[in-house]
Amino acid sequence: MKYTPNPSSVVDEMLQTIGCSSLDDLFADIHEELKVKDRLNLSSGMGEMEVRNQLKYLAGCNIDTENYPCFLGAGAYDHYIPAALEQLLLRSEFYTAYTPYQPEISQGILQSIFEYQTMICKLTGLDVSNASMYDGGSSLAEACSLACANSKNKNKVVISDTVHPEYLDILKAYALSGHMEIVVVPGQDGHSDIDAMVKAIDNETACAVIQQPNFYGILEDPTAVEKAIHENKGMFIMSVEPLSLALLKSPAEWGADIAVGEGQSLGINLSFGGPYLGFMAANKALMRKIPGRIVGQTTDLDGKRAFVLTLQAREQHIRREKAASNICSNQALCALASSMYLSLVGDQGLKDIATRCHHLALYARQEFEKAGMELKYKQPVFNEFALKVNNPVNANRILLENGIIGGYELDDALLLAFTEKRTRAEIDQLVAVLGGIK
Amino acid sequence: MNIPENLLYTDEHEWISVDGDTGRIGITDYAQHHLGDIVFVELPEVGESFAMRDAVGVIESVKAVVSLYTPASGTILEVNEELEDSPELLNEAPYDSWIAAIKLGDKNDLNKLMNAEAYAAFCQNLED
Amino acid sequence: MPKLIFEKHVNNSNPFTLPTCDIPLPELSETIPAQFLRNESIALPELSEVEAVRHFTELSTRAYGVDSGFYPLGSCTMKYNPKINEWAARLPGFAGLHPYQSEDTVQGALQLYYEMQEMLAEIVGMDAFSLQPAAGAHGEMTGIMMIKAYHQYRKDYKRTKIMVPDSAHGTNPATANVIGYEVIEIKSNERGLVDLEDLRTKMNDEVAGLMLTNPNTLGLFEEDIQEIAAIVHDGGGLLYYDGANLNGILGVARPGDMGFDVVHVNLHKTFSTPHGGGGPGSGPVGVKSTLIDFLPKPVVVKKGDTYGFNYNLPLSIGKVKNFYGNFGVIIKAYTYIKSLGAEGLKEAGQHAVLNANYLRHQLRDDFNIPIDRLCKHEFVLNSKKQSDYGVTTLDIAKRLIDYGYHPPTIYFPLIINEAMMIEPTETESKERLDEFVDVMKAIARESAQETEKVLNAPQNAVIKRVDEVTAARKPIVKWEAP
Ligand SMILES: Cc1ncc(COP(=O)(O)O)c(C=O)c1O
Repeated sequence: MKYTPNPSSVVDEMLQTIGCSSLDDLFADIHEELKVKDRLNLSSGMGEMEVRNQLKYLAGCNIDTENYPCFLGAGAYDHYIPAALEQLLLRSEFYTAYTPYQPEISQGILQSIFEYQTMICKLTGLDVSNASMYDGGSSLAEACSLACANSKNKNKVVISDTVHPEYLDILKAYALSGHMEIVVVPGQDGHSDIDAMVKAIDNETACAVIQQPNFYGILEDPTAVEKAIHENKGMFIMSVEPLSLALLKSPAEWGADIAVGEGQSLGINLSFGGPYLGFMAANKALMRKIPGRIVGQTTDLDGKRAFVLTLQAREQHIRREKAASNICSNQALCALASSMYLSLVGDQGLKDIATRCHHLALYARQEFEKAGMELKYKQPVFNEFALKVNNPVNANRILLENGIIGGYELDDALLLAFTEKRTRAEIDQLVAVLGGIK
Repeated sequence: MNIPENLLYTDEHEWISVDGDTGRIGITDYAQHHLGDIVFVELPEVGESFAMRDAVGVIESVKAVVSLYTPASGTILEVNEELEDSPELLNEAPYDSWIAAIKLGDKNDLNKLMNAEAYAAFCQNLED
Repeated sequence: MPKLIFEKHVNNSNPFTLPTCDIPLPELSETIPAQFLRNESIALPELSEVEAVRHFTELSTRAYGVDSGFYPLGSCTMKYNPKINEWAARLPGFAGLHPYQSEDTVQGALQLYYEMQEMLAEIVGMDAFSLQPAAGAHGEMTGIMMIKAYHQYRKDYKRTKIMVPDSAHGTNPATANVIGYEVIEIKSNERGLVDLEDLRTKMNDEVAGLMLTNPNTLGLFEEDIQEIAAIVHDGGGLLYYDGANLNGILGVARPGDMGFDVVHVNLHKTFSTPHGGGGPGSGPVGVKSTLIDFLPKPVVVKKGDTYGFNYNLPLSIGKVKNFYGNFGVIIKAYTYIKSLGAEGLKEAGQHAVLNANYLRHQLRDDFNIPIDRLCKHEFVLNSKKQSDYGVTTLDIAKRLIDYGYHPPTIYFPLIINEAMMIEPTETESKERLDEFVDVMKAIARESAQETEKVLNAPQNAVIKRVDEVTAARKPIVKWEAP
């Protein structure tokens, strides 16, 4: 299969026009010894039907959440995606466009980003959102990096280890810059050790970080951390699950300066981990500091409302070696998917979905306890909790034999997540299977 | 191009006016012209101390960003908060719109700056 | 003027309904302590489904993609995005995989991932790949992290600088800064290539490496690449390849053979995955064996007939992204590489270069081309000939919109005054290119004779030029309820 429209006769004609005798002439500026001899060591091309079969074969080697009920969460959730969203995302004016650098020909994309920014502000309660980041983890790392860069003599990041472990790994990698000192405060009994965090915060601390709900699904009360970090003139950063915000206190209500998180729950396919949606919102004071693109509202020459990429002096293409972030391409189409999602489910729908997830999790907790099983932690949760099992790997294997994708394996427990797609029957079966092996 | 006689200049297009121990700093007509429409000025904090040529602030236009380097060492006494809401003043009246007032640390710094005549020649050179 | 979605809100109009479910439904106040519950309402808009669908459909009519027409956006490689790629990425067997499923349940995905690592290594001549980075700039960051980790491992702590040519894309110097390096700028010579003298003078034992794009941002092949590599390597530095311009040598030459130690490729440029109006992309990084130990974890390995993750990489820089990268994008690029095969990839590279040189040739009488010689996949012209009439590159770009084109990249690279960077890609036919040439010639003519038309462009777009100054001075970055 090829996608080059010019047949060889036309190629010859074009070569002649520019005074070349062969395609090879076009590469006369490359030393012969640098050229690929003969051809790349790859298979030959395939027609569309052949490629289709190959991809179908590979997809068929997997067990997927479309056909198996899935209780895995841990940062990626099997939520329902409305049919209208899937169709709309296939509008190729959206997905085959580049970044909206030219506002006059990109108003649709710019407006969609402006609407996305507004929705993220509404969810988080904060004043300004960027147009998206790569994912939840890199978004958190960028937020910490921003906090450190924003103050001359603060470079410490105090973070609870109840944050997603991969987010911590990413943060540590970003800290290779030498601009951040990461202080990980061990949690206790499944939640942040708030006293220890408060003690770890001093006047060199640029920010303190809490995830809500935390990695184990538990609700954290960060009040004391927020107070301590603000007393020390640092920033309070929260990593939040956007769907949970339909029910739970917003980052703004907790006093956060920056909110970040993973937006995959809002209408984005699981896709084996990506592409997802990092979001970042901040209070007004940080408007000219946060990384990434931002769309602003303005007017055109006729005074009509118009949208445009703005505050660009923050960004790499202008600030270059002084830029605090290097992000260029982001996850725009995923951001669009999330605003389509929020528009299609609406205000009440989002609350209903979040409430259903919560209720299903509570029902499962209750049924597990009835079946004589033990929860690893007892604190309030949103839609995810850890259930004690003797051998998590084995438990997952048996679940799979029963047609169920089990939970995230902790040392002595399975972390189980509940979305609105799960049914009572599926949960009853989950309880029956796990209750049978304990 | 407007280059007032009573000021001293840097090769980064800042000016300073001196009154006793106090200097007021801003950017020149040449600077504002080349930056284009200025959209934001990041001011230093009062009480901060800087060495000569330290970056004390940032000036952003739509398509460019530059640091503001202090022409002389010293401690910030006052900043022009009006610029926070009206950065366009730097375009409209660059020499009336001081950015920060500084308590001069070492008056010898001033000897290293250009007078109006030297600065005019310097700009002429850049244009050629 | 279309309304914002918030302005279309109608109370209780949203039809969303959950399935029935007979489990206990306690009040939230009984199950979540009050201090955790939200007080302020979110106030998302409520619309009927048809109105929501029309809203986004209308937005799409006010956007322009590769499917809409010619998109010669330099440095962005806006080639056609084959539809079979989209189909493949949406297969439930891929789109429905949770990243934490056990390896035995995702063998197909892991095989695809593994093969992709191998194919990319072959295409760019490197020894190993990580598919984790989410975009080009993220790949740069990952690569520079590895360079830093490499020097630190060797206890070579004095290397605190990274060299970047003055023609480089902004992400290069920004990346170096973000990873804690001081940036040393290398001059370009009058041929638009790295100035070897300047490079020699600046290379020393404080330099960790050089970041280079080849073909460079002027679309020119860095002919002295072997000497450049020798200068950097002899000085103890490493060479980073920004793969944004790989399309210009695809299948013909490989960065690995030129001496680069670490590369990123942009699947959303060279390998035909759509850009999504800003992303998602994917920026896999490849390394020579010297840097393999520092790759982000996990990498996918093949053990006998099965595939699995290897997390046991003690020197790894760790992770740069959740899970394993933008898998959905990787599927599309995989489909593309499989479709084209070895010959097809080479032909894509050749035709991309042919199309660029053809346009350069056809436009050179009407526009100034500062460095007018054999280019690769793109070239840079400017508005010098039109400047006598007060016409700038921005004006020309805006006038192109009136003619129904997406304008080329403008004002980049910075080393060319009033730059307009044109990259046609291989998926444009001669007829399309000829039409574009006619339009550009018409604009050249208008610039001289009907200047106002150009200065006031666009007239045919949904809006006129916008007030960017007020947007940045008094930012309005979200909708506020009246
Ligand atoms: C030369 C060059 N380098 C790097 C990048 C950054 O790539 P990305 O947008 O995928 O982060 C670009 C993107 O336009 C580019 O053109």
